[in-house]
Amino acid sequence: MATTAISQTPSFSETFFSSLYKVENGERFRTCLQCGSCSGVCPFGYLMDYPPGRMIAGLRADEFNLVMETDTVWMCVSCYACAQICPSKIPITAGLMTRTKEELLLAGNVPSELQSALENSQRYGNPMGESPRKRADWILGIEPQVTILGKDRRPVDILWFVGDYPSYHTRVQSVAKSLAKVLNALGVNFGILGPEENSDGDTQRLAGERGLFEMLAEKNGKIFSRYQFDRIITSDPHAYNALKNEYPTLGITYPVQHYTQFLAERIDQLKPLLVKEIQATVTYHDPCYLGRVNGIFTEPRILLEAIPGIKLVEMSHNQTSSLCCGGGGGGMWLDGFQWEKAHARLSEWRVREAVDIGANILAVACPYEPPRFEDAVKTIPQAEQLAVKDIVELLADALG
Amino acid sequence: MNIIVPVKLVPDLVEELSIDSSGVALDTAWLRMIVNEFDDHAIEQAIILKEKTGAHVTIISVNVEGIDDLLFTASAKGADRLIKLTGDVESGVNNHALARGLAAFIKELKPDLILTGVQAHNDLDGSLGPQLAEYLGMPYIGYISGVKADGEKVNVRKEYPGGLIGEMQASLPVLLGIQASEQPPRYVAISKVRQMMKTVSIEEVDLSALDSKGAPVVNRMFQPEATERATMLSENADEAAIQLINIFKELGTL
Repeated sequence: MATTAISQTPSFSETFFSSLYKVENGERFRTCLQCGSCSGVCPFGYLMDYPPGRMIAGLRADEFNLVMETDTVWMCVSCYACAQICPSKIPITAGLMTRTKEELLLAGNVPSELQSALENSQRYGNPMGESPRKRADWILGIEPQVTILGKDRRPVDILWFVGDYPSYHTRVQSVAKSLAKVLNALGVNFGILGPEENSDGDTQRLAGERGLFEMLAEKNGKIFSRYQFDRIITSDPHAYNALKNEYPTLGITYPVQHYTQFLAERIDQLKPLLVKEIQATVTYHDPCYLGRVNGIFTEPRILLEAIPGIKLVEMSHNQTSSLCCGGGGGGMWLDGFQWEKAHARLSEWRVREAVDIGANILAVACPYEPPRFEDAVKTIPQAEQLAVKDIVELLADALG
Repeated sequence: MNIIVPVKLVPDLVEELSIDSSGVALDTAWLRMIVNEFDDHAIEQAIILKEKTGAHVTIISVNVEGIDDLLFTASAKGADRLIKLTGDVESGVNNHALARGLAAFIKELKPDLILTGVQAHNDLDGSLGPQLAEYLGMPYIGYISGVKADGEKVNVRKEYPGGLIGEMQASLPVLLGIQASEQPPRYVAISKVRQMMKTVSIEEVDLSALDSKGAPVVNRMFQPEATERATMLSENADEAAIQLINIFKELGTL
């Protein structure tokens, strides 16, 4: 294509723009209408110097270097709201936002909170910097005992990829224990990797650390290949997304399900076991990487409706329009940074919606959410009576 | 400016430490090593100086497991030359031996500036910096939290107890014990480190004849021990006095 040649050397904008073409459907960046829907729907778009639509305009105007001089792309929580609403179906989150974070990271422009999460992930295989040897400490006291594949060396039907937060975070360990209880009640033959499991790396990838993601994926892939199992289930939508959509590009391919899919498939077996009533009005928060990104909306609701006594109500933002809890894309490790910019937390907006709809339980299905929403409950008026529960915690309670 | 940065790995305290069967050393079976935090700051300070004034930065360390990662990471940050010292060092080296071994080798590199961490949590026989300076016949200033190059001199900020900061000037060559770099150690993307692994080589230098005299001998290494349970005396003075007399009698002091 011949255009007026002013400069023979490609500018940063041009090089960056062409790198977006390597992303799936990247050529669609050419078709941006500048309608501004992405910037409008972005939960933090109102305070970004360059919200997504303006970033694309910057690319076209050969001024993307100005975008790189700001740090507001770190407000992006990779929630896919922009990509979902885009009429041209441009891969804004997967392409533009993630590539921009990658460039900033390569240039060494990383907020310090995020830096330590990335360093910890590299060194210890989890963003919190916990001892890898203690990754399976949460199973202590569970009967029958949870199989750790490296120790027990037996084939299992189900490899449960537990994930970072259910393994280590004291609040979210309760989610892991609940899932173990439900799996045991169903008589599922399952095992975990324990100390050999590494972070799935997906959130690190979306925070711009592609190399770290690949390193973690390779480690997990190597461990998977050592053991015999039919499929992987996971308690973490981010791990689910990585295993389903990203690991196969690195040659690591296994059938994978989020636990809500796995349990919904067994609803006929599970339902008779749910004997204890839970009298509550429950609203369900669709996690970005379960719902909007991977289209799993029905299974979590099937599980909730199977619990006797529960009345399920929907918040005004639900399913594809669900609001992000604020933890994605590195947001989990940028709390201070984002607070400084916004003086608001996305989790607080969500808790307000749950209160408005009259719910007394906010049900979730992602390990980032219980601590984020419980913190928000403490700061939102009239939210004192709102309990935050993972779906599997409610199922475990209903088992009696 | 020719900057040499001797660094070392220390036990990572994220794992609980245990004592080996000899009772005088750490059990290395589960030991995970991590760069000494102050050495990490020394590397950062060297890179900052290189960026500001132009310098040649050499990182030197003893060959223990994990050292290649540290060296390649330093290279990704901007270090020019990577050297690891081999020999009988796996069992751990005390700072007397290390200082003597390093001094002989570093002298040949003709350094203008040596930056090293001011201390390490596994220093059993004093920190490395002052000992190395002694063997090199160079001046030493420790607890430094900022270095600016000024021709043949450096201006440094030294931290004193009580929140006092001193600014002083030193002529090169000089050895500085780094407490903190001007900015926190930077992050380098893993892809950059991996690129270094493919393109940069680590030089090996044999340190076979190590002389460890002058270092202390460890008689016993042990976890903090819980002391005997305390006996609480009555609040009533008369009763307490009788209790005390009985205790002293039991102990044979009366």
